[in-house]
Amino acid sequence: MLTRIALPAVLLVWLLTPMLARADVAFSGFLQQNTAFNTREANPDGRHYKWLEERAQLKLDASNGAWRLLAKGDLAWDHLGRQDQSELRELYVDYTASNWDTRIGRQVITWGLGDLVFVNDVFPKDHEAQFSGRPLDYLKRGVDAVKLGAYAEFANFELVLAPAFRESTIPDARRFHLYDPMPAVTTRGTIKPEQGDVGLRIYRDVDGWDAALYVYRGFQRTPSMRPDSMTAPTRIDYFYPQLSVYGASASGRAGDGVLSLEAAAYDSRQDLSGSDFAVPNSQTRLLAGYQIQPMEDVSLGLQYYVEHMHDYDAYRAALPAGFSIDKRWSHTVTARWTQFFLHQTLRFSVYTSYNDSNGDYFANPELRYSFTDKIWGTVGANYYGGKPWGQFGQLERDDNVYLQVRYEF
Amino acid sequence: MKSRVWWLVLAALLPLPAMALTGEEVMKQSQAAFLYPGKDFKARVTMKLIGKDGGERVRELVMLRKNFGAPGGEQKYFMVFFKPADVKDMSFMTYKYPAKDDDRWMFIPAVNMVKRIAAQDNRSSFVGSDFTYEDVSGRDIEDDSHVIEREEKLGGQDCYVVKSTPKKGDADFGHKITWVAKANFLPLKEDQFDRKGAAYKLFTADEVVVIKGHPTVIRRTMKNQQSGHRTEVTYANTDYELGIEDSLFSERFLRQPPRKWLE
Repeated sequence: MLTRIALPAVLLVWLLTPMLARADVAFSGFLQQNTAFNTREANPDGRHYKWLEERAQLKLDASNGAWRLLAKGDLAWDHLGRQDQSELRELYVDYTASNWDTRIGRQVITWGLGDLVFVNDVFPKDHEAQFSGRPLDYLKRGVDAVKLGAYAEFANFELVLAPAFRESTIPDARRFHLYDPMPAVTTRGTIKPEQGDVGLRIYRDVDGWDAALYVYRGFQRTPSMRPDSMTAPTRIDYFYPQLSVYGASASGRAGDGVLSLEAAAYDSRQDLSGSDFAVPNSQTRLLAGYQIQPMEDVSLGLQYYVEHMHDYDAYRAALPAGFSIDKRWSHTVTARWTQFFLHQTLRFSVYTSYNDSNGDYFANPELRYSFTDKIWGTVGANYYGGKPWGQFGQLERDDNVYLQVRYEF
Repeated sequence: MKSRVWWLVLAALLPLPAMALTGEEVMKQSQAAFLYPGKDFKARVTMKLIGKDGGERVRELVMLRKNFGAPGGEQKYFMVFFKPADVKDMSFMTYKYPAKDDDRWMFIPAVNMVKRIAAQDNRSSFVGSDFTYEDVSGRDIEDDSHVIEREEKLGGQDCYVVKSTPKKGDADFGHKITWVAKANFLPLKEDQFDRKGAAYKLFTADEVVVIKGHPTVIRRTMKNQQSGHRTEVTYANTDYELGIEDSLFSERFLRQPPRKWLE
């Protein structure tokens, strides 16, 4: 595991030594302890923790003129059986010219305006991190890509070319009670796309509003499952269906707050007719968000999110007996309250989400305190509920309370 | 007829100071001197948040400002945080309009996302300090009525003493008294009172230097006299007329602040 980070890092540093010799170099990082324990039931593997690890992050930031190198690597030890969890979080080189720039390497990219609701953010996430009480920096996974930015008078362009596909991390079935329609089939494999993906974002100001258009051609980031036979399955393969997304967003001032609007058409290219039950139906996703500051040091964000299946009749006709039935329309509302105390050294926040089509809900209250300018600690909880096949409902037995302590240097 | 012309000539020849300024004019000139000098401006800002018990927190950032129009007009602010560690590399941008709510954006490095944020409450604390957003980037002159109470010396400098009272009752203060130096119109002291009339916040300009011809407050303190908490601000590497490009104030550079402006 370690060599996976060390080798490319050493190579890169060697290649860039002449540049680094004259560069401004800054080292920083943190030491962190992260624990999440179950409050309702043990994990499927019998353990009582969702997360239990120590982690150190080292960050190198070097720049020289138009060039910049950023390397961020973690050394981590998991006490729940995974052991060495070291990883290269980000490693990229930037080149900045007057009207264009590029970033090459592993990088985190976030598109769209949602708060834990993803309409145009087609880039990989770590859903396990979200559900097991890890800090926000672990919500997103980097992509290995070339990003090109071009800045013209009439619009800005961001083109992302990823030669290899990188998937989202989904919760581990040993730690989370995941819905499984075929628990008896234990032979399972994963087929990853052999191609990469490409995305384009075009954005500009339109009359005081931040407007953007998005196009993506690639794959679903979370896997679908296909059994080898519906009548007598012996094997299940996980795969990432082909996907194109066409979207738009706008955000601007409305009344006393900020209004965010986002829409996207999900074109499920692997199942254009919608008659393959293993592949997600084509969809329309719509999001409206509103954020206000009702009083000093308080922020309130509300979101209304809709998913609509395009080929619902075909989906229903193709769905095998015994599988859970999704609704044609899915409506979700979320709310986030954030409040600061003690000169913004203490932060309370609570995020809640409710879906009316399957009763899915998720609540995440959190309290964070900065003991000093370098040490902060967080205590929070994740509560899930709803129907057993819903995104959150299946995690009903996985409620947890988490602690994070970080020393930054 | 003839005598009237003579009076006009005489009036025109009189030196300007003899024309009495109104409270509003003093505060306008003070705003121009304090928040609008130069076409653009840069400083490395260190804020020490000091508790009643002496406990100290440090916030460090670079602040860049560019004027778009005359004093009192539109401005754009760009800030990049260095300290504390958990907000390092966070950046913050404000388009400030006269008599209209600001537009604000924030870049959150943890998820590499630029977010527009609501900004209707300019009286809220700036990064947890005793300064409000308005203390940093200015309060609309028209929001208060201003009256010159008296003229007096403060630390050897002749000052106008102006009482400002909010026209609407939604401010956190009831009124404030500002000592504005006659020589350069900088506010040397501001005494804020709460809505019950009790002493509230006290601003002092602790050190003034002239940079490129602009008298600049490079050390200032805001003390909350009710809680005992205070914030001391120091400017370093302060400079004007840097030729900051309009394009700096954009999503592109919010994500990747140009290093040349971060010294």
